[in-house]
Amino acid sequence: MKIDISGLICRYGTTPAITGVDLAIADGEFVALLGPSGSGKTTLLRAMAGLELPEAGSLAFDGADALGLPPNQRGVGFVFQHYALFKHMTVAENIGFGLSIRPRGRRPDKAAIAAKVAELLELVQLPGLGRRYPQQLSGGQRQRVALARALAIEPRLLLLDEPFGALDTQVRTELRLWLKDLHRRLGVTSVFVTHDQEEAIELADRIVVMRQGRIEQVGTPAEVYAAPASPFVYGFLGQAHHIACTVADGTARIGEVVLARDLTLADGPAAAWFRPHAVELEPEGPALDGTLVDLNAIGPRVRATISYEGKSVTAELEAAPENAIGRHCKWRPRGVQVFNSE
Amino acid sequence: MGPNLSRGALIALAFLLLLVFLVAPLVLVFTRALEDGPGAVLAALAQPDALAAIRLTLLVAAIAVPLNLVFGLAASWALAKFRFPGRSLLVTLIDLPLSVSPVVSGLVYVLVFGAQGLVGPWFIAHGIKIMFAVPGIVLATVFVTLPYVARELIPLMEAQGRLEEEAALTLGASGWQTFRRVTLPNVRWGLLYGVLLCNARAMGEFGAVSVVSGHIKGLTNTMPLQIEVLYNEYNLPAAFTVAGLLALLALVTLAAKSLLEWHIGADHLPSRR
Amino acid sequence: MARRRVLPGLPGTLGFTLAYLALMVLLPLAALVLRAGEIGLGGFAAQIGNARVEAAFRASFGIAAVAAVIDSFVGLLVAWVLVRYRFWGRRLLDALVDLPIALPTAVAGIALTELYADTGWFGAPLAALGLRVAFTPLGIGVALAFVGLPFVVRAVEPVLVDLDRDVEEAAATLGATPWQIFRRIILPPLWPALLTGFTLAFGRGIGEYGSVIFIAGNMPGLSEIVPLLIVVKLEQFDVTGAAVLGTVMLVASFAIMLAINALQSWSQRRLGA
Repeated sequence: MKIDISGLICRYGTTPAITGVDLAIADGEFVALLGPSGSGKTTLLRAMAGLELPEAGSLAFDGADALGLPPNQRGVGFVFQHYALFKHMTVAENIGFGLSIRPRGRRPDKAAIAAKVAELLELVQLPGLGRRYPQQLSGGQRQRVALARALAIEPRLLLLDEPFGALDTQVRTELRLWLKDLHRRLGVTSVFVTHDQEEAIELADRIVVMRQGRIEQVGTPAEVYAAPASPFVYGFLGQAHHIACTVADGTARIGEVVLARDLTLADGPAAAWFRPHAVELEPEGPALDGTLVDLNAIGPRVRATISYEGKSVTAELEAAPENAIGRHCKWRPRGVQVFNSE
Repeated sequence: MGPNLSRGALIALAFLLLLVFLVAPLVLVFTRALEDGPGAVLAALAQPDALAAIRLTLLVAAIAVPLNLVFGLAASWALAKFRFPGRSLLVTLIDLPLSVSPVVSGLVYVLVFGAQGLVGPWFIAHGIKIMFAVPGIVLATVFVTLPYVARELIPLMEAQGRLEEEAALTLGASGWQTFRRVTLPNVRWGLLYGVLLCNARAMGEFGAVSVVSGHIKGLTNTMPLQIEVLYNEYNLPAAFTVAGLLALLALVTLAAKSLLEWHIGADHLPSRR
Repeated sequence: MARRRVLPGLPGTLGFTLAYLALMVLLPLAALVLRAGEIGLGGFAAQIGNARVEAAFRASFGIAAVAAVIDSFVGLLVAWVLVRYRFWGRRLLDALVDLPIALPTAVAGIALTELYADTGWFGAPLAALGLRVAFTPLGIGVALAFVGLPFVVRAVEPVLVDLDRDVEEAAATLGATPWQIFRRIILPPLWPALLTGFTLAFGRGIGEYGSVIFIAGNMPGLSEIVPLLIVVKLEQFDVTGAAVLGTVMLVASFAIMLAINALQSWSQRRLGA
């Protein structure tokens, strides 16, 4: 099912949570809504499910208006951040709930529901746990039950709110791979919310970076990482540093050191953004002056901390440099992305 | 004083005070009731006026408690699962009957349905007896027991939040299905607790019922009123027999209440924390 | 377009709740105030200025205040023992605390009267000491203390439970005696809860009827309480007079509710910090 969102605005009381969001999601896509807390990503997700009521804008599922539909008619499967499993029902009853409440005509008989529940338990790799209660399960298990419950109604859209937020790192990593595989097999259009950029990059077909109720950028993980549209996106997707520079005639410089050429930016003050692994120590040609403050061996690489004009810049190097700690060093970033100063 | 000694002294003092203050009256009721032996107890309870009082008490509770149960469920759904202006005013209004004197609770119904009341004359003209009859007693009882179920459910539903209900909606459940299969099971202990307290008050109410009742023997006397009647006739054994029955109800209520509190715990009875 | 809600059922449940409250609570209370207002401000003042009425208010409010003070002390002790100590019978004690609330007022009334009468289990030894309890204002005090005790205990308990023991231990290491710790570390955060308990007990006391009318002498000017005076006026068909008294009691109830709300938000702020 494809989704079209246009001009969506949601408010909590007088505070706006989403201000004017436009987004199109293709059928079968796995989209991540990525952003810090307060960015509006969860509000957007809930609005798609009908759990938030927008003030303005439109939302269409396969071209038909969805805003007019209450949550129980949208055919959307929602996985809540803390699972929201029905405490007084067994796992099997939880999963079968969506089927057992259908009106007489559409409701499968008990045997069919039981079969479907068993099938889903297999799918989420929790066979035989049907009789347990949610309180008796671990966090990861509950998460999978919540997913199975949402899938039972064969939704045309699957929404997940920070699905792995409450889990240990190891469980998280396992579940991530598993979810990606599941999506590949099922092919249901899926949207998930996360504040973890690693997760977004790993799982999503496309990432929607949000900030303060607005979309900053939409693109594939590669696009968003390599060609961020704004300093915010650059800084949010992976480690980044930025230093002040000046743009003149399409070239960004600091004094004699050229950082980037062929830019289409206006002349004037700007910020040069770069990643730690793109920093060169003692390069050829004009370079910036800094002081080597620290050296740390991290596995196969060496992390050097350089002090530059009062800031700390970390560089990830292949090998330990010859410079002594506490002494002056020369450095220069590669692959710099420049943005005009605001 | 060593800490253990003062601790022991305090515990002993607390026990003593409660024994003197609270338990002695209870012991006296049962002692007096059983003074002339169990035979006399049965005989006293078998008196037509006593039986009528018991029947009336049960009838009134059988009407008032379900009514306030439905009210409690409706009010807690509206007030606990939603936010809207005036909400806290309504919660305060629901608590009001608890802080009003029982006599005033009865008085206000006299002022509505009595001969000089707001709508009283209309009822009297149509031959419908409200005051000094069973309907009046039911109304006054509904008033004084109105808050009990709601007071338990509102904080409980609030504490439980809306997420499970939202989940049920996304799975396709209608509002009614959500309430019946998700909300209700989650609040069943608090509900039972509230009904227990509501019932205890409904059966034991004296002041409000006294004002609206008319004290017509055999017709409009509930058990508490019957106690007063018997006491004023200096028929102490019979008075204490009926009192003993109500005291028994109180003990059963207390036991059930404690059981619920200990075994269900703070999650399900946030008002008791 | 009317504002839709995510969860269904608000209009229905809210409508029902409002209708129920309007019919059962607001309408009767309005009738009360209307009736009292009929005689105008001057008439109102005249009613209240009456010597018998004034004496009744003095009796009701005065004795209720004294009883609530006694309850505050005893209640604090009982709450302390229940929260701080583990001992055999603790659960029983905890259940007993609620007895005065569970016990119907009429039952409590006749039991207390028999207990403290000159021939009673407690009344006899006290009379030998020259202290007559039944049929005097002292008897009213005893009855009001009986019904008010649970309110103080239940108001103080949760606050005691939440107290941070670390602070007390720190004070001890700094050299404070147990009494100093109690007075300067434990008592201050308890004040709001104690006052709340006092106010609840007081509010219950001024309106209490069933527990009191048997043990009180009911002598006008001395041991006649306001609720009884209301009943007397009704029996004399002085409905307006009763309405006036009822309105004053209603206003007092409101004031007490407001005071309790204020105390509870004070308590929240004190402890939430």
